[in-house]
Amino acid sequence: MTRKTRKVTPGTESRTAQVLLITLALAFLAFFLMLPLIAVFSEALKQGIGPFLDAVANPDAFSAIRLTLIIAAISVPLNMVFGLAASWAITKFSFPGKNLLLTLIDLPFSVSPVVSGLIFVLLFGAQGLLGPWLSAHGVKIIFAVPGIILATVFITFPFVARELIPLMMEQGKEDEEAAVSLGANGWQTFWHVTLPNIRWGLLYGVLLCNARAMGEFGAVSVVSGHIRGETNTMPLHVEILYNEYDFVGAFAVASLLAALALVTLVLKTVLEWRFDLHSGARH
Amino acid sequence: MNAGILNRRLFLSMAAASALAVSLAGCSGGKSGNSVEITNVSYDPTRELYQAVNPAFAAYWKKKTGQDVTFRMSHGGSGKQSRAIIDGLEADVATLALAYDIDVISSKAKLLPADWQKALPDNSSPYTSTIVFLVRKGNPKGIRDWNDLVKPGVQVITPNPKTSGGARWNFLAAWAYGRKAGGSDAAAEAYVKRLFTQVPVLDSGARGATTTFVERGIGDVLLAWENEALLAEKKLGAGKFEIVVPSISILAEPPVAVVAANAKKHGTEAVSKAYLEYLYTPEAQVAIARNFYRPSDPKIAEQFASQFPKLNLTTIDKDFGGWTKAQKTYFDDGGVFDRIYTKK
Repeated sequence: MTRKTRKVTPGTESRTAQVLLITLALAFLAFFLMLPLIAVFSEALKQGIGPFLDAVANPDAFSAIRLTLIIAAISVPLNMVFGLAASWAITKFSFPGKNLLLTLIDLPFSVSPVVSGLIFVLLFGAQGLLGPWLSAHGVKIIFAVPGIILATVFITFPFVARELIPLMMEQGKEDEEAAVSLGANGWQTFWHVTLPNIRWGLLYGVLLCNARAMGEFGAVSVVSGHIRGETNTMPLHVEILYNEYDFVGAFAVASLLAALALVTLVLKTVLEWRFDLHSGARH
Repeated sequence: MNAGILNRRLFLSMAAASALAVSLAGCSGGKSGNSVEITNVSYDPTRELYQAVNPAFAAYWKKKTGQDVTFRMSHGGSGKQSRAIIDGLEADVATLALAYDIDVISSKAKLLPADWQKALPDNSSPYTSTIVFLVRKGNPKGIRDWNDLVKPGVQVITPNPKTSGGARWNFLAAWAYGRKAGGSDAAAEAYVKRLFTQVPVLDSGARGATTTFVERGIGDVLLAWENEALLAEKKLGAGKFEIVVPSISILAEPPVAVVAANAKKHGTEAVSKAYLEYLYTPEAQVAIARNFYRPSDPKIAEQFASQFPKLNLTTIDKDFGGWTKAQKTYFDDGGVFDRIYTKK
């Protein structure tokens, strides 16, 4: 994170400038991050713990929580496998179209989530390209769980790969070459050499991927159909409750999401620390 | 620490989790044994109404046939919901804000016959409503009628007519006033154009607009469904709002229809039809009135007469030549709304 954009060497800024910058950053953080977070929890607990628990235990809220966990449990492993495969291919081999693949991996980051949702409606919707065939065979994708999974997988596609590619590039392929020259086959090399080298980076990518999978709103909203108790994920359920003037309910579910995010953050920090230690030891 | 073991455990638990998830996701409804499921795709403000009607119908149906009914409810802006049904949201019944939104399901996706509106009494509208003004307590800006809305400094809240059914009724009610006051469509256009310059936010649905006005405290007057206005006045912010009834408004007929092709596919034709017919029974009509919609049953309407002021109502068929024409003239791309809203 130490980027030298100007010709000053670190440490030569005056003391006042340092204090000023730090205060500014802290004030910014407090205003844009801490305040909303506190607001979410205080709104949720405004009428005490009883209504909060009722709101969370409500069957529709419960099914939204379950659906969100299911979506994450499917899309995160899928993207973990894909991310591993892609970064392995990109960093350890050279092949034509490698740069194109790298660019494509970033596509979900640059496309608006609403557009990503619409892509699937255009493909699988009743008026879409594959819609008539799917409906003739009784397969439901859009406005059902598979559609939500597709949209989530698409949105969270780059997280693992983006985390691993720079790491694996930096590590190079000497370790693997050594393993192969000592007689290890591909699978053994991957399992005993590559994976241990990247394990913290991988976990970190998986965590980020998971956070986004649980929190995604735009793309999921387009393909969900908003059927209560069935195709509403937690973020969608928050919106529904808010629109029904059930503010305690809305903020209770929102606070659960925020709590999940906080857990992710803590895990991420721990991992970052371990990861730094690990990669530091290599140099 | 042994990294190999750590990663193997991680992989195994992830794999187990995803296998479990797939099996959980596999079980979703339809018609099975002695129970049946109806998907009702509705517009924004009817959440409370169907929360009241659905259990009553379930009890009625259980008694009549011995079958258990469960409901899947979906709510959103009427135009958006119509689009979702066309794109494959498998609604058994569509209960939307205006006839045009069901017409397009028939014309674009052929999921129900073109004459669907003849299937049930009163143009398939079990209740009607109208458009009124909601103002803040004490009516600080002194709003009495449509002409007060275009006074300098008055902020008007209405949702976007492109996506919201309620907003289209708002627009046409305003147009009807402009035409009556000025004597021509040109005068009406000038009035409505001025009105929209006083609108600070266009929400996508009626519920969003109500929240903007009631919760976020934006605007001086909300053009609202009468049912939304009464809900806000009596329940949300009792004592904080007042309803103003304008000199002229529009008779809104939110229709209901069985989406025939979907009901056939799910084997829910009988129960879907019975569900919509149930909306016309005295029990349902009382629930309708209690949720601030104007019941179509004259006897029940009589009972709740004090709740609904009498006012001069124009109609879509008589004054605007029906929804197909009105939609094309005012709301389709390149229509009147686009013209006045871009030339601000």
